[in-house]
Amino acid sequence: MQNKLTLVRNQFPILRQTAHGKCLAYLDSAATTQKPQCVIDSLNYYYSTTNANIHRGVYQLSETATAAFEKSRHTVQRFINAKSAAECIFVKSSTEAINLVAQSYGARFVQTGDEILISAMEHHSNIVPWQMLCERQGAILKVIPMNDRGELILDNIEQYFSTKTKLLAITHASNALGTINPIADIIKRAHAHNIPVLVDGAQSAAHMPIDVQALDCDFFCFSSHKIYGPTGVGVLYGKAKWLEQMPPYQGGGEMILQVSFEKTTYNELPYKFEAGTPAIAEVIGLGRALEFVTELGWDWISQHETELLHYATEKLALIPGIKIIGTAPEKVGVISFTLDNIHPHDIGSIVDQEGVAIRTGHHCAMPVMDFFKLPGTARASIGIYNTPEDIDQLVQSLERVKQVFYGKRKVQAV
Amino acid sequence: MNIEELYQELIIDHGSSPRNCCALANATGSAEGFNPLCGDKVKVYLKIQNSTIEQASFTGNGCAISTASASLMTEALLGKTTTEALSLATHFKNNLTQPVQAGSEAPSLGKLEAFSGVREFPARVKCATLAWHTLQAAIKHETTVVCTENIRVELEPGNSENAEEIQQEEVI
Repeated sequence: MQNKLTLVRNQFPILRQTAHGKCLAYLDSAATTQKPQCVIDSLNYYYSTTNANIHRGVYQLSETATAAFEKSRHTVQRFINAKSAAECIFVKSSTEAINLVAQSYGARFVQTGDEILISAMEHHSNIVPWQMLCERQGAILKVIPMNDRGELILDNIEQYFSTKTKLLAITHASNALGTINPIADIIKRAHAHNIPVLVDGAQSAAHMPIDVQALDCDFFCFSSHKIYGPTGVGVLYGKAKWLEQMPPYQGGGEMILQVSFEKTTYNELPYKFEAGTPAIAEVIGLGRALEFVTELGWDWISQHETELLHYATEKLALIPGIKIIGTAPEKVGVISFTLDNIHPHDIGSIVDQEGVAIRTGHHCAMPVMDFFKLPGTARASIGIYNTPEDIDQLVQSLERVKQVFYGKRKVQAV
Repeated sequence: MNIEELYQELIIDHGSSPRNCCALANATGSAEGFNPLCGDKVKVYLKIQNSTIEQASFTGNGCAISTASASLMTEALLGKTTTEALSLATHFKNNLTQPVQAGSEAPSLGKLEAFSGVREFPARVKCATLAWHTLQAAIKHETTVVCTENIRVELEPGNSENAEEIQQEEVI
C-alpha cells in the first residue's frame, strides 16, 4: 500500500517542490487536482508531434490529431459507461455543461410556470444557470433541504415533485461538505414521476466509479481538471433521446452540416454541441488522465482516500476548537472545518506559511454557508497523492494558527 | 516572511476584540462594503459635525485583518476633518499597494503602521482596505448630505429651486 502511494506520488512532479521552505502539503484537490507526468507529457507530445485542427484537414497530421481527439471521446465513454460515444460532449468545464443543459434543454422543455428542482448543497454553478433559466422562462426554482449533518432530507422527496417539475439537477458529492448523495435512489424516485435528472459529478468522478447507464441519469457532467487532467475541458454526458431533441447551444463551425444564408442544417451528435475548435490537446490530456486513474484502479483509490479521510477526521477532531462542518456518513475526501472563531482566511494564510495549501471561504456555495450561519470554512480535500504526513502537517499548522492568535493574547493579558 | 509580521500584536488584539464595533444610532452617514471574493462585509457609520468626524463605528464580519483594520480605522478617524480622513484613507491604501520609495518622507500612520506587513501578502490587501474603501463611500455620501442640510438652513424656506442649484454646485 505504502509503496504504491510512493509510486503514485512520484508521478506528480509538482509535489516535489517546497512552499515557504516547507514540504508542500497540497490539500486542495476539490478545487483542482495536480497533474501526473503522463498527462503533462501528453500535452507536450501533442504539440510536438500532432498539432493540427481536427475534423477538417485531409492531410495526415490532421487525421492523426482527429484520431487522438476521438480516441479520448471513447475513453470518456468507457470511463462513465455511456451507451455511445456520441452521448459524450466535450465542453470547457462542468459549469459549461450545466449551462448548456439549462440553455438548450431549458429552451426546448421548460415553459412558464414549470419547476426546476435543485438541492440545498449545490455549488453556485448548479444554482445560477437554473435561476437564469427560470428568469428567462418564468419558471420556478425549488430546493430540496438538508439537515445539520449536511445530508439531504430525502424521506419525502416526492413532495417536491410535481407534474410541472421539468428537471432535477443535483450534485453527486458536495464540494463544501463532502456529502455523497444517494443519487441512484434519487434518480429512481424522480423517474417514477417522469422527472429527468442531471447529476453534477464535478466532485465525484475522481473518487468513485461512474456508470451512467446503471445510474440511469439523463445528464452527467464532470471537469477534467478535477480528475488529474488539464484545465479547460469538461464532459457533458446526455442520453441521446434528450440531446437529439435539444437545439444547439452555440452556433459556429463544426456544429453544422450545411450553411447557406437561408438555412443551416445542424451536425449530428455530439458535434451539434461542439461549435468552434475545441481544446484539442486538453481533451487528449483528459483521455490520458482517465487511463491513468483506470490503471490505478478504484479499489486502491477508494481504500486509500477513505483511510485518509478517516485519519484526517480523527486527527482534526482531537484539536480543541475544531468543528467539522459536514458529518454525513458517506463522504468524499472533503473536510470543511472551523477553528474557534478564527476566520477561515486567517487560517488559510497562516497554514500556507507552513507549506499547507487548503481552500478557505465560501467554496462557491454561499447558500451552504448561510445554512450553517458561517461566513466560510477552511477546507482540506484529498487526492490520490496525499499521505498521512500531509494530514499531520495540516494538524501541526493549525496548532501554529492557535499560537499566532492565542500566544499573543496571553502575552497581552499579562 | 514571518507570519508574525502580518499578524502583529495590535492586529490580533483589534481583530479579536474590535473597538467601536456597533451600529451608530445618531450616524449622519454610513456606507456598506462587501468583498464578493471572500464574503467579508462591513458597514461604516460616521457622525460628522461641521466637517469633523465626532464618532465612527462599524459592523460586519470578516477576518482578523479586515476587522482590525476597521477597528483601528474608527479610532484613527476621531476628530479628523473629512478631508483629512479621505487623505488618510488614500495614504493607508498606498502604503499597502504602492512600491516603497527610498528617501520619501511620508507622514507616519501611527498605529496603522501595524498593517505594513500586509504588503507582503497580496491576497490579503483587500481584507485590509475594505473598511477604508467603505469609509470613502460614507464620506462622499456624507458630504452631499451635509452640504444639502447646510444650504437648506441658510436659504429661505420654500426656495427649493435655488437650493437645488447650489446643491449641484457643491457636489461638483
